[in-house]
Amino acid sequence: MTKQFRVLYKVTIIILAILAAMLIGSIILMTIGADVFKTYRVILFEPLKTTLQLTEVLIRAIPLTIIALGISVAYRSGIINIGAEGQMAMGILGTTAVALAFPELPKPILLPMAILAGAMAGGVWGFIPGILRAKLQVSELLSTVMLNYIAAQIYTFMLRGPFLDPAELTMGSGTPQSMRLSRGIWLDRFLKGTRLHTGIFFALFLALLIYLLLWKTNYGYKMRAAGASARAARYGGISVTWYLVIAMVISGAFAGMAGAIEIAGVHRRAIEGITGGYGFSGIVVALFGGLHPAGIIPASFFFGLLIVGADMTQRMVGVPANMVNVLQGVIILVIVATKMILADPYLMERVWRKYQGIGKKHVEVEA
Amino acid sequence: MNFIVNILSLGIPFSVALLIASLGEMFNQRAGVFNLGCEGIMAMGAFLGMLVPYSIGQGGPTSGMYNVLGLGLAMVVGALLGIFFAFVVVTFRAPQGIAGIGLQMFGVGTAGTLFRHFIGGTQSVPGIGNFPIPGLSKIPFIGPIFFSHNVLVYLAFLFVPLAWYILFKTPWGLRVRAVGTNPRAADSIGIQVNKVRYQALAVGGALAGLAGAYLSLAQVKMFSDEIIAGRGFIAVALVYFGHWHPVKIMGGALLFSLAQALQLAIQGQGINFPYEFAVMLPYVLVIIVLAFSRESQLLGPTSLGIPFNREKRI
Repeated sequence: MTKQFRVLYKVTIIILAILAAMLIGSIILMTIGADVFKTYRVILFEPLKTTLQLTEVLIRAIPLTIIALGISVAYRSGIINIGAEGQMAMGILGTTAVALAFPELPKPILLPMAILAGAMAGGVWGFIPGILRAKLQVSELLSTVMLNYIAAQIYTFMLRGPFLDPAELTMGSGTPQSMRLSRGIWLDRFLKGTRLHTGIFFALFLALLIYLLLWKTNYGYKMRAAGASARAARYGGISVTWYLVIAMVISGAFAGMAGAIEIAGVHRRAIEGITGGYGFSGIVVALFGGLHPAGIIPASFFFGLLIVGADMTQRMVGVPANMVNVLQGVIILVIVATKMILADPYLMERVWRKYQGIGKKHVEVEA
Repeated sequence: MNFIVNILSLGIPFSVALLIASLGEMFNQRAGVFNLGCEGIMAMGAFLGMLVPYSIGQGGPTSGMYNVLGLGLAMVVGALLGIFFAFVVVTFRAPQGIAGIGLQMFGVGTAGTLFRHFIGGTQSVPGIGNFPIPGLSKIPFIGPIFFSHNVLVYLAFLFVPLAWYILFKTPWGLRVRAVGTNPRAADSIGIQVNKVRYQALAVGGALAGLAGAYLSLAQVKMFSDEIIAGRGFIAVALVYFGHWHPVKIMGGALLFSLAQALQLAIQGQGINFPYEFAVMLPYVLVIIVLAFSRESQLLGPTSLGIPFNREKRI
């Protein structure tokens, strides 16, 4: 097998995968009678046209990056965290609680405290499935999904009860939301006229942190070993269950921090629907980014683009914004299938033989 | 006494969606495939089931026929989605957990997209009405509990012995169990492992679609994005809880739905209890049930979640 063929083979498969994903998306678009090319054009390019839209993409990319970093840590340690949605909601509650309890504290104290509270609340929500998996072999796929639903209910309960804005009570409009949080936790918006906030630097910092943790420390090495092959790791004296729990706590804490950053930077009060699917999109981002911080950052930009673009298709071509979920689902399926195809040496061998066969036939015809 | 009759007669129809979906999932898992995308297939089924009677069969004497058509469409598309999933996890041998999440997002997203385009807002359908069995439904206590539901309820409970018979008494059932337990041995006696897995996923998908359509046509009688509300995932958990056996799965489905009916009945009595905590009850129950049934995993199909690769050396 020539090296040229190997590269050609891989590139062809990746192109075919992209086409397959777009084709499935097109089928759905054609079913609702939308203009397929226009829709894809609006989703992919329209948000890049103005600075305001571009910053909106970046704002979506911030929580996506943070969540995906956490999910990649869990995934590399051999545990799939689909509970980021719930962990993020709990993080928002933790941050809100601190901000409501100590509104007078100066910013340098309150902001770190609030983010830490978010991380801790999310971490606890990640610890539960982690310990259940480690000690009782409960599938984390099911427990994290269930914890998402539970967190969503706790979230609405808190917004309707203890955290409810007193102004809502007196005015009687009853919108479940907290009061505007103290200025002490606001992240600065550094670009005039946009909502882009300093959380973006925090996200980049966390990406660096995860890179260092996973590839430059003993801890990270053991985590990756536990994920790559639990049996081999156990044989090597690594306590696999312990690292599973740690990985889930980190993963949950990151989702919690994403929630903290999101309300400190964008909403500045706890309202309903903040998490809005970020937890699930984070899984796609983590996979799309190859479970590596250097891939996750561009991937989160790309999916931020999809989310903003899908909002625009609703207005511009009448395609419901749910389309973004369709695309994300297809992308997951295509990525996992493509990964397996690329990792299959037998298949490559077979294609190589066919390829040679075709070459020979050509020679015969020419002769 | 009336209170108990109320709970039971409410709980039994609630269990149907869970029961049908878990029976489907049982076939998947018995064949060695863990289909977490059940939720997505159910969402598609719920949308399609309602679409047909909503768009062409509003009112009129033939509306019953359109309901059947809706159920049929939901089952066909469910089976197709199951085959699509098989293509990814059986043919390409992708990891099943994460692929299932992909299918779930795809199904829920597609149902939501199509719903907004074809139906729009909250629209209800007359749906499938109750059909009290003449004679039997007049028996005190037993009548209202067991014999005054819609046709699908009776059908769903007939599925339980049928599923048992198919799984344990037919050659196909044996093949399904074989490829889920020891695919290599099955392969060596000439069973086409991947083909059987495709068939099992098609059956599972069709049942998940039917379960979804039951929700939109018979239980809620409308469609919304949150109509499935995690029932697909609960159905997967029920398969573990029910030790991959149809009768035990039925027990689990009844346990869940009776808990739900009890909660509704208690709220109906005017006992003050935060609504949100009542709603989260079934999800908490799933986690507790899974935590206390870990031994059951030893009873499961031994090749569950492991793709079959004929060319791989042992």
